[in-house]
Amino acid sequence: MKRLAEPAAFQALLLVNALVMLVPLAVMLLSAFKSNAEIFTSPFALPARLDFGNVARVWAETDFARQLANSALVTASAVALLLVFGTMAAYALARYRFRGRAALFLFFLSGLMVPLKLAVIPLFVQLDTLHLIDTRLGLVLIYVAMGLPSTVFILTGFLRALPGELEESARIEGASEALIMWSIMLPLARPAMVIAAIQNAVPIWNDFFFPLVLITTDRLKTLPQGLTVFMGEYNTDWGVLFAGLTLSALPITLCYILLSRQFIAGMTQGAVK
Amino acid sequence: MSFGHRRGWWIGFLLAPALVTMAVFVAWPMLGALRYAFYDFHGLKIGGFVGLQNFVDVLGEPPYRGWTYTALWHNTIVFVSLMVLQNGVAYLLAFALLQGLPGHRVHRVIVFLPVVLSAVIVGFLWKLFLNPLFGLVNQALLLVGVHGPPWLGSEYTALGSLILVNTWHWLGFSTLVFLAGMQSVPAEILEAARLDGATNATLLRRIIWPLVAPSTTILFTLTFIGSFNWFELPYVMAGLNGSPGGATDVLGLYFYRTAFGSVSSGLQDFGHGSALAVLMFAFVGSCAAVALHVLRRREVAL
Repeated sequence: MKRLAEPAAFQALLLVNALVMLVPLAVMLLSAFKSNAEIFTSPFALPARLDFGNVARVWAETDFARQLANSALVTASAVALLLVFGTMAAYALARYRFRGRAALFLFFLSGLMVPLKLAVIPLFVQLDTLHLIDTRLGLVLIYVAMGLPSTVFILTGFLRALPGELEESARIEGASEALIMWSIMLPLARPAMVIAAIQNAVPIWNDFFFPLVLITTDRLKTLPQGLTVFMGEYNTDWGVLFAGLTLSALPITLCYILLSRQFIAGMTQGAVK
Repeated sequence: MSFGHRRGWWIGFLLAPALVTMAVFVAWPMLGALRYAFYDFHGLKIGGFVGLQNFVDVLGEPPYRGWTYTALWHNTIVFVSLMVLQNGVAYLLAFALLQGLPGHRVHRVIVFLPVVLSAVIVGFLWKLFLNPLFGLVNQALLLVGVHGPPWLGSEYTALGSLILVNTWHWLGFSTLVFLAGMQSVPAEILEAARLDGATNATLLRRIIWPLVAPSTTILFTLTFIGSFNWFELPYVMAGLNGSPGGATDVLGLYFYRTAFGSVSSGLQDFGHGSALAVLMFAFVGSCAAVALHVLRRREVAL
């Protein structure tokens, strides 16, 4: 009796949870096609007709497209730089023995403990002296610094575990160190690089704090930051608000649905051994 | 030409970009944060050395004192609630996912979906849903004849609402961390316990709980750090002043207001802001270190 009842209870728990997670997002999506009156009178119903008016207004009247491009540019540049810088450093730390290696690894590791948000004041002053306030490059550099410790940590661990035979035989054949790294070792490290890329890309894409502090020019604003302006401007037009939220959530949701396994692995990496 | 010499340049070349970035944008600013806390500021310009005055103000002088302790108290409430609610529900959900029931893979993907969304999207979405008149939540409550509270509008429910929304946002993360821990428990142990007649409740309390201690350690630490650095969700849902009437004011908002100025004043105060940052860093860092130490010993003992 008990054996039969318990799977049903677990299944019920999972179903209730799925509803709690999905209904709010479904209502957001449906409301994007509704008028104010429809949203207020029948919040759970399907829209009376498929009206793209709200979506069109977000696209035409706001800076959505530009903010989307800014977010994509900043995230892509930061992740690319992170992978290049992180892989280079991790390769040196993992594949060579030299004096001070342990200390350098510790230096990178200590960055894991530092919440960079709390250093935002000196960071602000620092960027001001470098004339990087209110620039996308300033944002990119902060994100690279923020992501380097975990990137170096993941990649060093992975590269260290690769076997040394291939490398040794290539060295005996007279291949240069750069060639060995580029054409023998790095192709093997691709899975770890995907994990590192996702682990960094999601928080950078979603970040609101650093743009809030650094970016004031409208045409440089990123998507989360633009959303705060937009939500204030259209605050009585709920259909448009839901359309804006839906459009903002769409890119990362689609990526997640396509790559859910890598997203989960990347984002829980560090908390899961 | 010696290989050793060329090799040295090569290693240096590999390390330089990462090291320079870390030095300029992490190490130097962190040292700066410490130094600034002992100075007076006039806008962006550093003024005179004031010793411990900024710390004394923030910890002991009105009006800072009241703000500091209120915010610290709210962060503590947030941390304890999230530990119980977010991680507690996650523990049960992870166990349900562990059963391998039909559709468990889809449920895994569903529970993690909100985690990939930004706090800004989640915050605004729920701000609309929690609207007292037109919001989804009170409309749904009305269907069963209940007049819902004003949620974010009342000082009694505002902080609780934020905690619930944060739980919705991050539940999937805790769940999958617990699930990974449970999956590493050898199947034979669970089988043996079941054969001995252990119920699921006993399994969860006596067998799995001690064995997932490493996951608990990680979640405790991450929840602690996250709760005391909480900023984006309260900023979006309750504003920079932690409305209504400071009922949702937390250290993150208070630090930001002090450093960069509130909406009304717009005055920057980098000296007091830096003192707060140093105190927050020391507090969170030392508590997390002690907790980590104690919890690691517990892992071994269990």
